[in-house]
Amino acid sequence: MPSEKIAPPLWQRNLLFAVACVVGASAVVSNLLTSDTMSAPKHQAGRYEKPSFRMAVDWVDEEFAADWKKAKLEPAPPADELTQIRRLSLGLTGTIPSLQEIRAVEAQPEGERIQWWLSHLFADRRTSEYLAERFARAYVGVENGPFLIYRRRRFVSWLADEFEANRPYDEIVRSLITAEGLWTNNPEVNFVTVTVDQNEEKKGPDEVKLAARVTRAFLGVRIDCVQCHDDYLGDEWLQKDFHQLASFFGEADLAISGIRETGNPYEFEYRRQREMVKVPTIVPFQPELLPERGRPRHRLGRWVTHKENRAFARATVNRVWALMFGRPLVEPVDEIPLKDSLENPYPPGLEILTDDFIINNFNLQRLIRVIAATRVFGLDSKMPVGHAPPTLEHDEHRAAFTLSRLRPEQVAGSIIQSASLTAIDADSHIIFQLNRSIQQGDFIKRYGDIGEDEFYIQGGTIPQRLLMMNGTLVHERIKNDLVTNAASRILATASNDTKVVEATYLAVLSRRPSEAEAKYFVDALSQKSFLSRKAKQADLYWALINSTEFSWNH
Amino acid sequence: MNYPCNSASHITRRTLLQTAGFGGLAWLTPVAHLLGRAQEKAPTHAPAKSIIMLWMAGGPSQLETFDPHEGKKIAGDTRAIDTSVKGVKLAHGLPRVAKVMDELTLVRSMVSKEGDHERAAYNVKTGYRPDPTLVHPSIGAVLCHEFPDAKMDIPRHISILPGQWPARGGYLGAQYDAFKVYNTNGRAGNITARVQPKRLDNRLAALEVVEQSFARGRRPDLDTKTTLHNTTIQKALRMMSSEQLSAFDVNQAPAKTRAAFGDTQFGRGCLAAIQLIGAGVRCVEVTLSGWDTHANNHEAHVTQNAILDPALAALIRELRTRKLLDQTIVICAGEFGRTPKINPADGRDHWPTGFSIALAGGGFRAGHVHGATAADGAKLDPLDKDSIHVADIHTTVQHALGIEYAKELMTPIGRPMALSDGRVIQTLLK
Repeated sequence: MPSEKIAPPLWQRNLLFAVACVVGASAVVSNLLTSDTMSAPKHQAGRYEKPSFRMAVDWVDEEFAADWKKAKLEPAPPADELTQIRRLSLGLTGTIPSLQEIRAVEAQPEGERIQWWLSHLFADRRTSEYLAERFARAYVGVENGPFLIYRRRRFVSWLADEFEANRPYDEIVRSLITAEGLWTNNPEVNFVTVTVDQNEEKKGPDEVKLAARVTRAFLGVRIDCVQCHDDYLGDEWLQKDFHQLASFFGEADLAISGIRETGNPYEFEYRRQREMVKVPTIVPFQPELLPERGRPRHRLGRWVTHKENRAFARATVNRVWALMFGRPLVEPVDEIPLKDSLENPYPPGLEILTDDFIINNFNLQRLIRVIAATRVFGLDSKMPVGHAPPTLEHDEHRAAFTLSRLRPEQVAGSIIQSASLTAIDADSHIIFQLNRSIQQGDFIKRYGDIGEDEFYIQGGTIPQRLLMMNGTLVHERIKNDLVTNAASRILATASNDTKVVEATYLAVLSRRPSEAEAKYFVDALSQKSFLSRKAKQADLYWALINSTEFSWNH
Repeated sequence: MNYPCNSASHITRRTLLQTAGFGGLAWLTPVAHLLGRAQEKAPTHAPAKSIIMLWMAGGPSQLETFDPHEGKKIAGDTRAIDTSVKGVKLAHGLPRVAKVMDELTLVRSMVSKEGDHERAAYNVKTGYRPDPTLVHPSIGAVLCHEFPDAKMDIPRHISILPGQWPARGGYLGAQYDAFKVYNTNGRAGNITARVQPKRLDNRLAALEVVEQSFARGRRPDLDTKTTLHNTTIQKALRMMSSEQLSAFDVNQAPAKTRAAFGDTQFGRGCLAAIQLIGAGVRCVEVTLSGWDTHANNHEAHVTQNAILDPALAALIRELRTRKLLDQTIVICAGEFGRTPKINPADGRDHWPTGFSIALAGGGFRAGHVHGATAADGAKLDPLDKDSIHVADIHTTVQHALGIEYAKELMTPIGRPMALSDGRVIQTLLK
C-alpha cells in the first residue's frame, strides 16, 4: 500500500508517541498538583488606608449618601467580599475567580482583601489583555477593518502592554492620536489605519471617522452628530466645530512607509455652499488649551489630554466605571455634557473621581482601586430578609448594585474557569490555552456578541439558554473527567459531601451555598437513586452554570 | 463615513433616558403615528404574512444575474437569455430562474450610499444606514415585533447558514435576533437535551433550588422584566419538545422535491425555509456566501449561479404548489452590486449605485421589471424618479405585510424611530 511507503520508521513513531505521552503527562501533573503554586502579588498592606487615598473614596461615598438621602432611599447593605471579588474579576479579566484564588484571598486579613485582590489582578496579564480588548472596542470597533493595513490583534496586544506597565493614560492616548509609521512596527498606528476606506476614491485615513472616534472615545462628546448640519434644536454644536476638529487629521496620509504627515489639508463642502473650502484647525471648546505650535495631530493630542480639559478625564472615569459596574455613570457611555446644570447635575462621584484621576497623572490602576474601594461599588444587589427588595429607583440612584448580563466571553471564560481549580491565565499550559480559545470562539459566536453597544441592559435569549443547557462547552466541562474537570476532582478529593457542595459552589458561583441549598445537594449526593455520584455531581454543576446568578453580574 | 443623525432627538434624549432608561424593556411602546399617508393605497388583498430573505453575502454582480448587458463592454462574455416574460432577459447563468420570471419583480435601479460590506449589509437588512447611537432591527425582527404570536413553540425569526452579520433585533431587543441554524441536516443546534427526560427533570429541580436562593431579596418581576432568564428557559424547553421542530427537517420532503433545490446546503436551506414558513415562522433568512468577486468575477459567478439558480427557481415553484406564495414575500438581495468596469484581476468591485434585487410573492407584481441601468454602466442618479433606495424597499415590504411602517417606537436612547422611513413604491405591488 502506498501509505506504508511514506510512513516513518517504527522507532520514530514510537519516539513520537513517547514524547507525546511525556508532554501530556506533564501537563496533567502540572494541572493536578496545584496546591500552592500561586505566586503572591506585590501588595503593600495598609497603603490604601492612607488619607491621600481614603479622601477620594470618602468624598464619593458622601456624595452618594447625600443623593440616597435626598431620594429617600435605603441603600442595600454591603455585598459579601466574594461577590465583590467576582465583580472585579469579571470586569477586569472577563472571568470568575478560581477556587484556588478564592482560598488565597480569604487567607488575607479582613479589610485588606479587595485591594490585595486588585494587586493580584494587576500583576496578571489577563487583566491588561482584557482591559485592552474592552477599550479597543471604543477606539477601533470590533470589525476586521481594512485588509492588510489594519492589524487589530497587534493593536490590542500593544494596548495590553501599555496597561500592564500602567503607563499614564494621557500618554497612551497621545500615542494613538499622533501615531506614525507602519501598522506592524508601530501597532498604535492601527488606530489611524482602521479608518482607511479602501473602496473610496480618496485613499488615506478618514478625518471624519478619526474625529468621531477621538471625540466619543476620549472626550465623551458626540460632536459627530453635527457633521451634516448644525444642531438645530440644541445650541451646543455647529457643523464647523466638527469639521475643524477633523481638520487636525488632514495631513495624515497613507504612504508606503505607513502613516505620514504628508497629506493635503482637509477640505469640506458645507451645507448650502457649493464649493469645497479648506477647513482651519480649530478645537470646539477651550481653545486656550491648544498649543500654538507643532504639527496638527501633536497639538490635538496635547489639547485632548490637557489636565484642564476635564472632558478627557471625565470620559475615562465613565468608561472605567462602566467596565466595573456593567453600566456607566452617565449613559450613554460616550455622551457626557461638558457642563452640568441644576436640571442635569452630574451624577454623584463623577467630578471627584475626575479630579482624583487628573491629580494622580491619569493613573488607571489607581482609578480602579478608588472605585473598588467606594461604598457604592460594594453594595449588594439584593436586600436582606424583612426589607423591601431594591426597586428601579434603587438602580437609577445606584442605591443597590444593578444586575448586568455577562458578555459572551465572560460567560465562556466563566464556564471554562469553573471547570478548573486554578486560574486559567496567560501563563497556563499551551494545551489548556488552545483548548480555551477554540471552545471560547465557537461559544461566543453562538451566544451572540453585541459588539460595541455593550452597556445596554438586555435580557437573555433562547439560543443562549439552549447553548447553556444542551451545548458542547458546558457538557464537556461538567462531565466526569478527572484530568480536565474540576467537578470530578472535587468529588474525588473533598473529604465529605458538605465539602463537595461547598467547593462546587465556590468554583462556579464564587460563594458558599445557603443552608437550604447545602441540605438539598448534600442529600441528593448521599441518597440512593438511579444516578451515580459522578452523574449527580455533573448535574449540580449543570444547575449552577444554568442559573441566573451565573449568567449575570450581581 | 457619515453618521446620519436625527437632531430632533438631541434635546429630549437625556431627559427621556432619565425617565425611561431603567425600566428594562419598558421603553418599547409606540409613541407616535406620522400623518400624511393619505395618498397611499391600502393593499387590495390580504396582506402577506412572512418573508423569505435569500441573502447573497458579498454582493452579487447585477450583470451576471438579474441585469445582463450582453454584447456591451461592461458585460465581459456574459450572455443574456430569454425568460418566461417577453422582452425580459436574465444572465445566462440563471436558466431555471428565467422560467419563473413571470412570478418575479426585478428592481434594477437600486441605489445606496454604502460600499463597505458590514455597513451595506446592515443597510439592506434593516433599511437604515448604520448609526453609532443605536442598532436598528432587521426586517424580520420588525415583523415579529409587530405581530406577536403566542402559539409558536419555535422561534419566528430564523437565520439558516448565518453569515457574518445575521439579522438582529437591534433596539427591539436580543429576543428578536434571528435564531441561527448552522447546518441543514434537519436539526436546529442544541435543541436536544444531553440527558434522559427523568434526569433533565432532576437538573431542572436542582436549578429551581438555586433560582429560589437568588430571587430572595430581589424584585418579584426581575425575571419577567429584566433578566428573562427563567422565562427563556421555559421557552427553550417548550421548543425542545415541540412537534414544530420537524419543520427544520428537509429529509421528510419527497426526494424529487429535494432534488429540485439542488444538492447544496443553500438549496436545503431554501426548502427548510418553506417548511418553516408553512409551520408559522414569520421570517427566514438563508445565506449564500461567496459573491465578493474582486478577482475572477465571471468564473465565481458560474459557481454561485449554479447554486442559486435551482434553489431560487424551486423555491418559487414550491411556494406556489403549497399555496404559500401569496402570503410570503421572497427577497433575493445582497449588500450591493458590482462595478460595471472589470478590474485588472478580472474581478468586479463594490457598486452601490445601480444594482439589482429580486422580489416575489406576497402582493408584489409578477413578471415586472422596474428601472434600468445604462449600457455603459454609468452610476444611477439617486435623485432620479426611477431610482429606488434601500429604505423604499423596506417600506414597500412592510406595507405589503400590513405593518404601519411610519409608526414610531421609542428606542433605548430615548429617540423615537419610525419602523421604516422610505416610500411605498406602489408600482411594484399588484
